[in-house]
Amino acid sequence: MDDFLIRAVAGGIGMALITGPLGCFVVWRRMAYFGETISHAALLGIALGLVLNVSPIAGVVAVSVAVALLLALLQRGKTYASDTLLGILAHGTLAVGLVVIAMMETVRVDLLAFLFGDILAISAGDVLWIYAAALAVAGVLVFLWRPLVAISVHEDLAFVEGVPVAAAKLALMILLAMVVAVAMKVVGILLVISLLIIPAATARTFAETPEHMAVLAAVAGVIAVCGGLWGSLALDTPAGPSIVVASFALFLACFALPRAKRFLQRAGAA
Amino acid sequence: MPEGYRGGPTLVEARAIGVTLGGKPVLENVSAEVHAGEVISLIGPNGSGKTTLVRVLLGLVTPDRGTVVRRPGLRIGYVPQRLVLDPTLPITTGRFLALTHAGAAAPGRERLAQILAEVGAGDIGDHPLHEISGGELQRVLLARALLRDPELLVLDEPAQGLDIHGRGELYRRIAQIREQRGCGMLIVSHELHLVMAATDRVLCINHHVCCVGTPEAVARDPSFIALFGEPQSLGLAVYHHAHDHDHDLHGGVVHPKHPDSPPHRHG
Repeated sequence: MDDFLIRAVAGGIGMALITGPLGCFVVWRRMAYFGETISHAALLGIALGLVLNVSPIAGVVAVSVAVALLLALLQRGKTYASDTLLGILAHGTLAVGLVVIAMMETVRVDLLAFLFGDILAISAGDVLWIYAAALAVAGVLVFLWRPLVAISVHEDLAFVEGVPVAAAKLALMILLAMVVAVAMKVVGILLVISLLIIPAATARTFAETPEHMAVLAAVAGVIAVCGGLWGSLALDTPAGPSIVVASFALFLACFALPRAKRFLQRAGAA
Repeated sequence: MPEGYRGGPTLVEARAIGVTLGGKPVLENVSAEVHAGEVISLIGPNGSGKTTLVRVLLGLVTPDRGTVVRRPGLRIGYVPQRLVLDPTLPITTGRFLALTHAGAAAPGRERLAQILAEVGAGDIGDHPLHEISGGELQRVLLARALLRDPELLVLDEPAQGLDIHGRGELYRRIAQIREQRGCGMLIVSHELHLVMAATDRVLCINHHVCCVGTPEAVARDPSFIALFGEPQSLGLAVYHHAHDHDHDLHGGVVHPKHPDSPPHRHG
């Protein structure tokens, strides 16, 4: 196997191991569109990171937190539905990001790499970065697991029972921003949320407890990364989208198989 | 304004609360307090701000005006109006009950079975929460609140979605909890006849406080009559007697008289 492929597989697996469990919270808390917004805003974060000469990850996290706070502020008015506000923020920040990048004369930015990712071009340093981020996110997730599950089941009950809801929500948002920032390299801004949502949704069919679902989601993500890279190599298709296609196919299969089995059993009994 | 009828220490107190939601005043100059061991019913028409007042007392809503004082370290058991559970979150009933109990303090199987029996829910700790019936879910919510051994139990429209039989049973259970645990209770309802019979004090609101006092006093209050009609026409006195009779059944066991008590499940 070529070196670049080993790095891609290693990086992809590291990514999947953390997007799976974190993605469960995105699914449970119906944050899919919020995640989408963060991933769009991430481009602005990268642009600001370049302009201010700080790490792009710091830029992404800062912009994500700012977007979340702005969202909370706008929601107070109760005039617009949350999805309308998210749509405004997602595309507004994406557009500002594109404009800022265009205005930077000194820096050449490969926009396509940010939009669609370039997992086959990741360096050994990138792989290390992914695992460091994955380890940090996993550590925080384990530490905050109980309160995060409690607020996902019922926020008000958790609050009344003494769970620090606001802190837990803020932590979840920062984790999400970090994972989006790191995963962008793998599948790009446009597809990064799919790595959070699809494996978690795939895992739901078979899961009996929250922890079970988190582990299965990580497994589903790893299968998708390996399958997608293999398909990309065999069919000469772009790697990032191929991983998402593999994930999508796995979801459809896991969704359809138990139902098809039940249908056949019923047909057999009749 | 409200006086401490039972003389217990104040558990939670709201003073001159004002809440505006979406430009509309929901609560205006509302004061309320709950004392230890006291049962308060919060009544009022639909949309009168009952749930908002409860959320203010619980700390879930920060009022625009006024102050809320909760006794430090107060253990609150809260039964929300309804539980909207995301179907993507797999969880057993037992896990749901113990969700916010940390590691070593987590209740064991025996304790969970015991608390489920106390609310008449049967041994459903291992069942997925999504698959239990609406009536069972109501009891499970009550069980989760009781599991914290609350000093203040807050029930928001606990009878909603129950049939007449279920409601009677629920209010008998509330009376029983009060007798056995002696915790303060705040019950939101518009089921006047059921609530008034088991209450020390009634707080009637319609964005502002209409009247407050003993059930008998409130039922004669002109502002109450203006909102709900004459007490006789509501059957208040009649139910009071029926309730007294049912009180003789009390005890820790599940009422054997009620056919839906045993642990069976409806599709």
